Amino acid sequence: MFIDARGYGCPEPVLMTKKGLARNPEGLDVLVDNNTAKENIKRFAGNQGYSVNVEKQNNDFLLKITK
Amino acid sequence: MKNKTLVAIAGAVVGITALVLVKFGNPANMGLCIACFLRDTAGGLKLHGAAPVQYIRPEIIGLVLGSFFVALSGREFIPKAGSSPATRFVLGFIVMIGALMFLGCPLRMMLRIAGGDMNAIVGLVGFVAGILVGIFFLNHGFTLGRAYRVNKGEGYVFPIIQVVMLILLVGLPGLLLFSETGPGSMHAPIALALVAGLVVGGIAQKSRFCTAGGIRDAFLLKDFTLFVGFIVVLLVVAIGNLALGSFNFGFEGQPVAHTDGLWNFLGMALVGIASIFLGGCPLRQLILSGEGNIDSVITVLGMICGAAFAHNFAMASSPEGPTVNGQIAVVIGFIVVVAIGFLNIQRSAGKGDA
Repeated sequence: MFIDARGYGCPEPVLMTKKGLARNPEGLDVLVDNNTAKENIKRFAGNQGYSVNVEKQNNDFLLKITK
Repeated sequence: MKNKTLVAIAGAVVGITALVLVKFGNPANMGLCIACFLRDTAGGLKLHGAAPVQYIRPEIIGLVLGSFFVALSGREFIPKAGSSPATRFVLGFIVMIGALMFLGCPLRMMLRIAGGDMNAIVGLVGFVAGILVGIFFLNHGFTLGRAYRVNKGEGYVFPIIQVVMLILLVGLPGLLLFSETGPGSMHAPIALALVAGLVVGGIAQKSRFCTAGGIRDAFLLKDFTLFVGFIVVLLVVAIGNLALGSFNFGFEGQPVAHTDGLWNFLGMALVGIASIFLGGCPLRQLILSGEGNIDSVITVLGMICGAAFAHNFAMASSPEGPTVNGQIAVVIGFIVVVAIGFLNIQRSAGKGDA
């Protein structure tokens, strides 16, 4: 599953991730365009017991969230 | 917990700065207040005619520029725009109507609590209630939509306007209005206020300090990172006030405050809902405006416009209490905010691009 959360303000990228993980508990990929969203999602997913791998893509960050 | 530490430091800096600014001339429990200061700035620019609250506040200039410089150096200056700007303007306007009913933004609410003003506890209960209503809408798919990257130049506009404000204040004061009595006449020296704004603006940008976000994340995500900042501000300012002898516990006779509990509650509840819809409290909107977030620039302009209307149409409270016009405006504010809530629920929220 892939979520494009670019351009959304706080706290929507985290909420989109939260809802996404509820549907896909195995993990998913989230694309964000700013540090705040990146850090917030990393923290949220980390608190839920997921590991997050960050890939820089031009101006954006692809967050690979896995169990 | 690197992030939490940074937020805690930001809270301490905000608290100490607020104490210092009061010590050097700002009104009591008003070391920093985004709503009050935008209102004073609107008055200084002759956008409203309330003589006691007219002064271009250097703190506002500093907050925006501090955020701007730190965002630039941290590669976080990313101009973007287009997330429901007209709706955000209206929400900014409504935030100001609610804040001027209560007499303070959420930050001043915290400073008032830490000064012993129990009316602000009533305001806090309202603020939390408003945030919970906002979270209800968020959980049902509320979104103001995506923002898109714009040219760098667009992001420079608002910081440059702040420089123009500073030039006006220092170089051409004859063009402006300055309160001779009342809160607007009480202020720390320009240089100190400016530096205070720069420091707080910088650390708030770095830490994402936000009064509404702290409570929101605690309820919504069980994430207490930003909430730490909230607690630290309260502690630092309360201890500071006790040490300085300026802690004054009770409801009556509080500085720049009134005792009408119902309207203190409703005013801050309105600020709470609107702040959640906007994604951050008034301080956070100012910080984002310095980072190139044009939607937040529009929000700040909405707040300034709301402040001007509030005083031109007798909607702002005074220490004597709320006005009938203000009460009507707050009720209309609730209707508009709830309508905005329902109009912006997107069923597919979370599925990616619309």
